[in-house]
Amino acid sequence: MRKTVLYDSHLKSNAKMVDFAGFMMPVVYTSITEEHMYVREKAGMFDVSHMGEFYVKGKEAEKFVDYIFTNDVLTMNENQVLYGMMCYPSGGVVDDLLVYKINRESFIMIVNASNIDKDFKWATKNNTFDCTLTNESDDISEVALQGPLAEKILNPMTDYNLSNLSFFTFIYTKINGKDVLISRTGYTGEDGFEIYGDHEVIHKVWDEILEAGKENVMPCGLGCRDTLRFEVALPLYGNELTKDITPLEAGLGFAVKLEAGNFIGKEVLVKQKLERTKRRIVGLTLVDKGIIRHGYDIYYEDTLVGVVTTGYKSPSTGETIAMAMIDRPYDKLKTELLVDIRGKKKKVIVRNKKFYQKSYKN
Amino acid sequence: MSKIVKGLYYTTTHEWVRVEDGFAFIGITDYAQESLGEIVFVELPEEEDNVEAGEEFSAIESVKAASDVLSPITGIIVLINDELEDGPELINEDPYENWIVKVEMEDKSELNKLLSADEYKEICE
Repeated sequence: MRKTVLYDSHLKSNAKMVDFAGFMMPVVYTSITEEHMYVREKAGMFDVSHMGEFYVKGKEAEKFVDYIFTNDVLTMNENQVLYGMMCYPSGGVVDDLLVYKINRESFIMIVNASNIDKDFKWATKNNTFDCTLTNESDDISEVALQGPLAEKILNPMTDYNLSNLSFFTFIYTKINGKDVLISRTGYTGEDGFEIYGDHEVIHKVWDEILEAGKENVMPCGLGCRDTLRFEVALPLYGNELTKDITPLEAGLGFAVKLEAGNFIGKEVLVKQKLERTKRRIVGLTLVDKGIIRHGYDIYYEDTLVGVVTTGYKSPSTGETIAMAMIDRPYDKLKTELLVDIRGKKKKVIVRNKKFYQKSYKN
Repeated sequence: MSKIVKGLYYTTTHEWVRVEDGFAFIGITDYAQESLGEIVFVELPEEEDNVEAGEEFSAIESVKAASDVLSPITGIIVLINDELEDGPELINEDPYENWIVKVEMEDKSELNKLLSADEYKEICE
């Protein structure tokens, strides 16, 4: 089992540790609800050092990334971050990821921890371009500071004035004199930053942010990372996205630029777009009492019409809600469906899956 | 260190039984509620339902996961603790005070198969 550089810090903070993608990671420190609300109202800090980082460098770096990535790399500005997927020729998803453009000959790809090996093999196999792809994941640590107070806490510590850093851009700067990359990105639906650096740098940055933020920041575990991303309908690979689900079915068409470039999987996705997908991910609200979980079957009367991809009792709103992959035409808003909760069928209603309003900085 | 109360019967699956006036009150242990984390919903059975030793009769949902509750003994449910419908967190607050069901036991000798507080303590270590 692998440990991040912050492992000892987590134990000192009484974290409950779990195996996640081969890493011992903190799932909760105090309570998932408390940590969740801290991120919504103040700020929370996450150890996300398990995430993978690939570097692409060389003359044709831009062409290569454009070939394996669904979003439009060619129109990216320097220091811009873009969200999208790598797809198989079938249109199914290898992984969802962030692409950071340093310049046309230098990019960073941030991938999910559970997919690092698979992604690296896939990208390497498809790198027929004049550029090198390297897996730097073992040498880079990462923390995310998320919440409405994130800028207020971090800005006094950085050389760069973070109020000038707009959403989905990044900057190489220093935190208290130490080299880091900071992007205004995150996975919570709140304003915030993701900070990358060498292990020792991130180790210090973690302590320094907790110290500087005082009562306005607390360490947060993977438990609330999942409830936070879920409430704003951000997908999780393995739930909303898999090799058998296309980005269009997952409702992520905004990150698939079908008119631009020629990326792997495009042909199938263009066809799917024209004919419309046969199923899609929608939101559900449970009318009866209970909790809906990933993997529960959804019925229309006696017909199986879908499956739950993620479900929770929302810490922010208190409702029992879920995202589910539903066959058309049962996906229409306000359709009454049934969810099978351990053998008992309970009533759910199809709704918009924006359960909670995002508050990003422009 | 999770709390274990003397004088109760325990299961290896972290339920407890308290016998009062010949009835069995059943709940989950402190160790169980700690591992589950914040409880957000308790799925209660119906009164007059039969329960069987080792069979699931309720489910407890925390923020993160659902967990079945198994009956330590066989019998008929005479009361459910309906306070848990609106206050599932009561089990987090005091797992030994907040029983889930009251059961009329079919065969009291089943209690002999359960663990004592000391035996249960070893399992939790």
